[in-house]
Amino acid sequence: MISSLIIVFREVIEAGLIVGIVLAATTGVPHRSRAVALGVIAGVLGACLVAGFAGELASLFQGSGQEFFNAAILALAVGMLTWHNVWMASHGREMARELKAAGHQVQSGERTLTALSIVVGVAVLREGSEVVLFLYGIAAQGGSSAGGMVAGGALGLLAGALVSGLMYFGLLTIPAGRLFQVTSGLITLLAAGMAAQAVIFLQNGGWLEYFTGTVWDTSWLVREDSIPGRLLHTLVGYSEAPNGAQLIAYGATILVILVLMRLVPQGQKGAKGAPA
Amino acid sequence: MKRLLLALVMMATPVLAEEPIVLHLKNHRFTPSTIKVKANKPAMITLFNDDAEADEFDSSSLKIERVVPGHNKGNIRLRALAPGKYPFMGEFHAATAQGLVIAE
Repeated sequence: MISSLIIVFREVIEAGLIVGIVLAATTGVPHRSRAVALGVIAGVLGACLVAGFAGELASLFQGSGQEFFNAAILALAVGMLTWHNVWMASHGREMARELKAAGHQVQSGERTLTALSIVVGVAVLREGSEVVLFLYGIAAQGGSSAGGMVAGGALGLLAGALVSGLMYFGLLTIPAGRLFQVTSGLITLLAAGMAAQAVIFLQNGGWLEYFTGTVWDTSWLVREDSIPGRLLHTLVGYSEAPNGAQLIAYGATILVILVLMRLVPQGQKGAKGAPA
Repeated sequence: MKRLLLALVMMATPVLAEEPIVLHLKNHRFTPSTIKVKANKPAMITLFNDDAEADEFDSSSLKIERVVPGHNKGNIRLRALAPGKYPFMGEFHAATAQGLVIAE
């Protein structure tokens, strides 16, 4: 039971942290619970599909279908996070003003909900498909231990939800005037970490063979597969031994987001409509 | 016919300096549990999951997460590795599914 609790918790942390950040980034925005819930539901359904067709998926692209799929959905999430931040650069001040005003309704924030809903969906899908496969394996085995393992899994899910809540309520202690600046910063780092992870999948699929040498190794300090390592990996893209291509993707993503945020006109204009 | 099939398979497979390393997972244990590869050269592992349940070949030091469903196989690409030891595990059954890649 403990082992399944730990495995499910480990998988759920990543999605949980991302959901927490998205909730904070949409504080006061009407219908945001619906958007986040839709993202979670779509993510869970997608996870079941991916788990159910894991063999077929893997056999695509000369056996590198899983890597291709992961790189693609990560790239999608990076795009959506970038879009959100650029949109926030032009509307963040307006949103902060609305949040501070009576009623705490941030009507202007609704435009960014679709992008963040997709990000939540991708996060849940990635981690969820592993949870589904793991729990399905246990359930299929049956026997007396299966009940305990499933209970452990449920507790792991709950613990993951708790992390999500801690992240959210922790961020809410930030004054309204600065909240969206902080969430934009966090989202920039999330996007950079995801871009670096996408590069790993491209390398594992055999599509990217430049700059694969390890640049530094901090595994003596924080191991990536420890709980702190996983938290850091999700939040800021920590990698215990990053290679050149990973670092380039990380730096380039931050640079592109910051430049786009600068370029976008401040105020009402610019970044109209929903993401493509 | 067999030769034709073999030729087709060879055409569809990326060129590798050497044959893929065959790795089996049975009763949630890897055989062989220690894999030696040449340092600074890419390699390929073909993992046959002989169990009914899925597992994930997971190694943070190898930077690989690869789900292999039950009674299925998966090709796992190892990047050119600096000399050293790289542990891996079957994440869903980590109590028993442990292994080590040694690059030398």
